[in-house]
Amino acid sequence: MKFKQASVLPGFNLAFGYTIVYLSLIVLLPLSALVIKTSSLSWAQFWDVVSDDRVLASYKLTFGASLLAAGLNLVFGLLVAWVLVRYQFWGKRFIDALVDLPFALPTAVAGIALTTLYAPNGLIGQYLAPLGIQVAFKPLGIVVALTFIGLPFVVRTVQPVLQDLEAELEEAAACLGASRWQTFCKVIFPAAMPALLTGFTLAFARAVGEYGSVIFIAGNIPFESEIVPLLIIGKLEQYDYVGATAIATVMLAISFALILVINTIQWWHSRRHGMRK
Amino acid sequence: MTRFTRLIAATLATSLSAAALAGPELLNVSYDVMRDFYKDLNPAFVKTYQTKTGETLVIQQSHGGSGKQARSVIDGLQADVITMNMPPDIDALHDKAKLIPENWASRLPNNSLPFTSLQVLIVRKGNPKQIKDWSDLVKPGVQVVMPNPKVTGNGRYSYLAAWGFALKQPGGNEQKAREFVGALLKNVPVLDGGGRAATTTFMQRGIGDVLLTFENEAEMIAREFGRGGFEVIYPSLSVRAEPPVTIVDKVVDKKGTRKQAEDYLKFLWTPAAQEIAAQNYLRPQDPAVLKKYASQFPAVKLFTVDEVFGGWRNAQKTHFDDGGSFDQVYAKK
Amino acid sequence: MHSMQATQRSVATDEPRWVRWSLIALALAFLGFFLVLPLFSVFAEALRKGWALYVEALIEPDAIAAIQLTLIVTAIALPLNLVFGVAAAWAIAKFDFKGKSLLITLIDLPFSVSPVVAGLIYVLLFGAQGWWGAWLMEHDIKIIFAVPGIVLATVFVTFPFVARELIPLMEAQGTEEEQAAMVLGASGWQLFWKVTLPNIKWGLLYGVILCNARAMGEFGAVSVVSGHIRGMTNTIPLHVEILYNEYNFVAAFAVASILALLALVTLAAKSWVEWQADRQRALDARMATDQ
Repeated sequence: MKFKQASVLPGFNLAFGYTIVYLSLIVLLPLSALVIKTSSLSWAQFWDVVSDDRVLASYKLTFGASLLAAGLNLVFGLLVAWVLVRYQFWGKRFIDALVDLPFALPTAVAGIALTTLYAPNGLIGQYLAPLGIQVAFKPLGIVVALTFIGLPFVVRTVQPVLQDLEAELEEAAACLGASRWQTFCKVIFPAAMPALLTGFTLAFARAVGEYGSVIFIAGNIPFESEIVPLLIIGKLEQYDYVGATAIATVMLAISFALILVINTIQWWHSRRHGMRK
Repeated sequence: MTRFTRLIAATLATSLSAAALAGPELLNVSYDVMRDFYKDLNPAFVKTYQTKTGETLVIQQSHGGSGKQARSVIDGLQADVITMNMPPDIDALHDKAKLIPENWASRLPNNSLPFTSLQVLIVRKGNPKQIKDWSDLVKPGVQVVMPNPKVTGNGRYSYLAAWGFALKQPGGNEQKAREFVGALLKNVPVLDGGGRAATTTFMQRGIGDVLLTFENEAEMIAREFGRGGFEVIYPSLSVRAEPPVTIVDKVVDKKGTRKQAEDYLKFLWTPAAQEIAAQNYLRPQDPAVLKKYASQFPAVKLFTVDEVFGGWRNAQKTHFDDGGSFDQVYAKK
Repeated sequence: MHSMQATQRSVATDEPRWVRWSLIALALAFLGFFLVLPLFSVFAEALRKGWALYVEALIEPDAIAAIQLTLIVTAIALPLNLVFGVAAAWAIAKFDFKGKSLLITLIDLPFSVSPVVAGLIYVLLFGAQGWWGAWLMEHDIKIIFAVPGIVLATVFVTFPFVARELIPLMEAQGTEEEQAAMVLGASGWQLFWKVTLPNIKWGLLYGVILCNARAMGEFGAVSVVSGHIRGMTNTIPLHVEILYNEYNFVAAFAVASILALLALVTLAAKSWVEWQADRQRALDARMATDQ
């Protein structure tokens, strides 16, 4: 097979060339600096840095909290998308528009605002404190911040799928005697599955690297509420650039793997979709 | 679109020409809590310098976490002078980038410390938990808020103060100090990323019974949050906070601003500047000024990092580098 | 047509009223706690001491300098990523070539790179101790701790937005229209301006809006490369942090509220874009049936 399949359309060389050059300059070259800096460590040294107990604990926290937040977004994102697509109620347009807010609000402002709300003396925190629930300065606070950050993804990926879902399918299910719940489980949910997975992974990928909002709401206690990006900053404080880049490289590899998973899901979905057509 | 481009071009041009019209510019790279001091000091210096030489200086300020600021200078931020909250951040300028000579501290009086401060305990009004000294901080049920020693100078001073206190108690030794600081850190619910963030956590969010911070920060808290909400407790023994200053030789020689930068730093030791320091609750070096403001600076028994920890480099390595005593406290859990 | 569909659905495939309302209530409660209250608290804090202080915080010279810098940085970063997004989408959506999904993955990568790391990589390249630091110093070219560095960090962080919006859209549209135009003798640029662009303009605008919002609000990466020189290299989010660290909470939230307002304007613009796109689609559909 040739590199490129024949096409009558013009401009491939220009567009492709420009894409590669710009991508290389802005993304690949700087990221390769990271990897090359790290490669000044031997494998043993690299392994020591990235598998230190404290680093492992912060991976666990970062990935655990991100997973939880993405999970919350999976459930509530589907719910919100469902409500926005299927039901009519007052203020719907406003709510629909508001879903994109976390994209636009700077993360530091989001972090400060959430801390103000969820601190034990905050608007929401004061009602949780008597119940023995502390959100801000605990790992739970990290989950709250990451849920905020990842909120738009599931909603925005699932919404169009629910919109396009043909009513006939559900009607057919109903005619065949399926209950509403059965229809949801057997017809609607499978159709929305790839979009849900994509949204989940996007929210997860975004959450793993998040720093600005988390730093205000987390307690930053080692082994308890210390996220990976904070460890990178800690290394830099000791002028340990190589140690910082080593951890950053691990994060980068994980990010890359995550995005690859998303794109594979989408590719797999569009293939299936295409075949059904 | 063209109108917009023209607008941007115009904005750029005006900002460039504005910079060109003014006299020589000095960039003072400093840390977070020094804002108020330099806000007062810079106009005083510019005025003095103008009467002396006829030249109008522009002094730019950059503030941020101290370690991050020092790193920016190492990475090329063109600072004429750097004013940090502990000597290791300035040592790094020599060690990592040879921007200054090794003996930088001996170039100005008092080891290049124009003023000092110390770590104090800040408690809630009426001192409900009856906190009088470092030893009260390890009691069960007492919550202590401090900035993260791993990433802030403020946190490091508090950590070393507690360590030194334990060491100097009757029968105190290395092992006991380690246990004492370990017990203290168990009572810390939040390690904030900066001194100011820690204050906000304590004052605004209502977390903790005690806040550990600099004496001069206590005054800032009073100014911003009112005097009614807290009390300052002076412990029986504390560490002397040593915020050093220096010119950045490589930068001033390149920019040709050595004379101005040197004058700027020397100005810090003049009675006028020492008064501004005292007004900002930084303990002045000038004995006359210190005497004048004696009422706001109670006498406290102090030790220095050099005396107890054999110098800053040693303290950093034993306590705060990866695998140091701070990490060990948490690793044991 | 629309109402008929709705009634059909309500007979065969709708939920009982109580299920419907409890789902709506649950969704609204979730959004209330996670979106509406944080937004509300930003404005509440900003206006706590009245309008006078609010306005004062916004017209203070350092705040104006920060706003100007943010506008300049966005004005440079946005067109760069716009041109890239269109080029990348054209190559990826309209042609088949090997390694396509790898290319898409690489384009997406900046999206999940931690902002801390995004700043760090430019320090490694352009910092005094970095690859080209010495050379840049010698030639007196400032990249980091100056506007170019802030632009680069912003471009990196907002890199995928336009491309990500356009690729699926252009893929869905296929190449039939362009091929037909080619047969009719259109040149490459005519093809793009007359056929492709009108088809993608709403998606493009949505991508630009998202890119713009993110560019103005970026904090972590810009913070690493800014140098924090007051009135010179502080963007709006950095200025917010400084005010916050000065215990000047009202001013901090006032300046932050500009960004929140920007978010709201962005959202309004987005709704308008979607509404226009819907209208366009309806119009096209009607014309198609009329014919």
